[in-house]
Amino acid sequence: MSQASIKDIEIDIVIGALHSDLTSFMNEWRPVFSRFHLIIVKDPNLKEELQIPEGFNLDIFTKSDIDQVVGTSAALHFSGYSCRYFGYLISRKKYVISIDDDCIPARDNKGVLVDAVAQHISNLTTPATPFFFNTLYDPYRKGADFVRGYPFSLRSGVTCALSCGLWLNLADHDAPTQALKPMLRNSRYVDAVMTVPARALMPVSGINIGFDREVVGPALFPGLRLAGEGKVRWETVEDIWCGMCVKVVCDHLGLGVKSGLPYVWRKEGGDPIESLRKEWEGVKLMEEVVPFFQSVRLPRSAVTAEECVVEMAATVKERLGPLDPVFARAAEAMVEWVKLWKILGAGSSSTRVQET
Amino acid sequence: MASVPSKPLLTDELDIVIPTIRNLDFLEMWRPYFQPYHLIIVQDGDPSRTIKVPDGFDYELYNRDDINRILGPKASCISFKDSACRCFGYMVSKKKYIFTIDDDCFVAKDPSGKEINALEQHIKNILSPSSPFFFNTLYDPYREGADFVRGYPFSLREGVPTAVSHGLWLNIPDYDAPTQLVKPRERNTRYVDAVLTIPKGTLFPMCGMNLTFDRELIGPAMYFGLMGDGQPIGRYDDMWAGWCTKVICDHMGWGIKTGLPYIWHSKASNPFVNLRKEYNGIFWQEEIIPFFQAANLSKDCTTVQKCYIELSKQVKEKLGKVDPYFVKLADAMVTWIEAWDELNPAGDSAKLPNGKAK
Repeated sequence: MSQASIKDIEIDIVIGALHSDLTSFMNEWRPVFSRFHLIIVKDPNLKEELQIPEGFNLDIFTKSDIDQVVGTSAALHFSGYSCRYFGYLISRKKYVISIDDDCIPARDNKGVLVDAVAQHISNLTTPATPFFFNTLYDPYRKGADFVRGYPFSLRSGVTCALSCGLWLNLADHDAPTQALKPMLRNSRYVDAVMTVPARALMPVSGINIGFDREVVGPALFPGLRLAGEGKVRWETVEDIWCGMCVKVVCDHLGLGVKSGLPYVWRKEGGDPIESLRKEWEGVKLMEEVVPFFQSVRLPRSAVTAEECVVEMAATVKERLGPLDPVFARAAEAMVEWVKLWKILGAGSSSTRVQET
Repeated sequence: MASVPSKPLLTDELDIVIPTIRNLDFLEMWRPYFQPYHLIIVQDGDPSRTIKVPDGFDYELYNRDDINRILGPKASCISFKDSACRCFGYMVSKKKYIFTIDDDCFVAKDPSGKEINALEQHIKNILSPSSPFFFNTLYDPYREGADFVRGYPFSLREGVPTAVSHGLWLNIPDYDAPTQLVKPRERNTRYVDAVLTIPKGTLFPMCGMNLTFDRELIGPAMYFGLMGDGQPIGRYDDMWAGWCTKVICDHMGWGIKTGLPYIWHSKASNPFVNLRKEYNGIFWQEEIIPFFQAANLSKDCTTVQKCYIELSKQVKEKLGKVDPYFVKLADAMVTWIEAWDELNPAGDSAKLPNGKAK
């Protein structure tokens, strides 16, 4: 996985700190993270001081930074898992990699430590192939190629805007599934990356992702907030919501989304039965959300991610708003986010904005 | 170490269709896995040759003379001097499921060194539902040790019937001629431990080397086209069947899976010969793919046969402009359906006994 053409300086690693003691997390990731700049955003609801080991190039942002930069926004909340979006907003790099703070590096089938950052970058810097499925998966991987029958005109592919990684051990199942199968752990290391085809929707998990901020940054935002949103992933659907937005945006703009490697190892935690009560709302909402996104059509005039999000917000408000107030709030959040992005988020290293 | 099941599944419901022009020596390696099943051998090329089937297999064998005799003038739709002739085997089978494999495909081993029972995996794939309406990031949720991920709507978790199980190949990959010429030494050594449903609305290149399908469901769409002798194209037989099948499965609400099982593909065909065969296909596929991507079947197409006939009309109208070959192909598609319906009168297919061995 050669990163020769992409300099480390073009990458930010954004970590949402939901746990105060990040010592073991940072030490486990040290071999992978230490060469990059890190943005650590502390969950505004976290009371304790953050504990972070030495030896990293990082910037930490807390509640006061968020309040200062964002001001008071009724619609946008950067608490809980959504604190990372603040990091996405103020980053100035082309690529952002984000991993939950309860994950450590995984090992592949040969026992080798997985460099999740390198794999995400490899995914993002090789083309995606959303218009026709390659049965040997990612044709740009070493030892693979396009198969017989793959049209030649589609072999140059498109830019990959989002790289969705996976999880060993505690996989990203919902609460009902985990409650029903308490012993279910993901031990299957599937050695593949593939492009999720155009118009196919998927649940994007925020646990382990990488994206091209320059291209889709505006489409990753804290939008859908459950009433009982809590401190475990089972109690959220915010990433699922913006993941669908991103996919629709990518499909519209002719960009690609990849899924598969890299894996991270997700530590045990949380009580699915406890979470069932809170997540149930999310489970019900998905029944409306999925058909909606499957039918959304963006106008040809929307040619940037910002424009796409604004269009989508209007459609969300109109079609989903009447179904549940949470959607009306999501639509507002999307509009607010784009406004904020235009002021603070747009631009990368070349248009320097002072970090606090 | 073999992974032969103590009680092989679907022995009375699945036929193994093998096209061959050389010999069936490869069957020896597959014996522990295939012997419980009925084989349909479609002998291509010179009908006066005798192809020996290893002892102990229950089979029926058809050569060109048989095909001509059974189909009469409709035999024109069955290719000659091309493994596309295998689809004749689909037509004469009386079983619910078909597994088809090439005679240069052998038993592969998984990363632990254990032999892969390809047929058993295909059966698992085809007997469990597909999930074409929403992509599951943990791949086949019905596999042991996997499930749907957070965010996957519950209303979609029942899945739909699986019509096709598309297996892959280790060693010689299924590349086209140009890729073979540029990368003659490339071998597929990556064992990807996944099965996944190809999303609705997405086309794929279906390879016929290691393929299982529900014949009762999608059989009539598995026509492998006009290839080989006297035709301007070859090595697009399975591709053609795959595109038609995917469009029809999408229309009918059925799923197609790809991934496991792997077989070991031993023979690299001559890339220069392949280039000649594929030459037209390489250009034509640029028109064919948009055609299938845009293909729309009306609500009246309530059976696979109706879908297929409708497709054939669209092929004639739209692809006919690309080359007169497609006009011939469209007609052959109709002939195929006529022959299929003749040999498979509605409602009887499950009850007729196997054909006689030669």
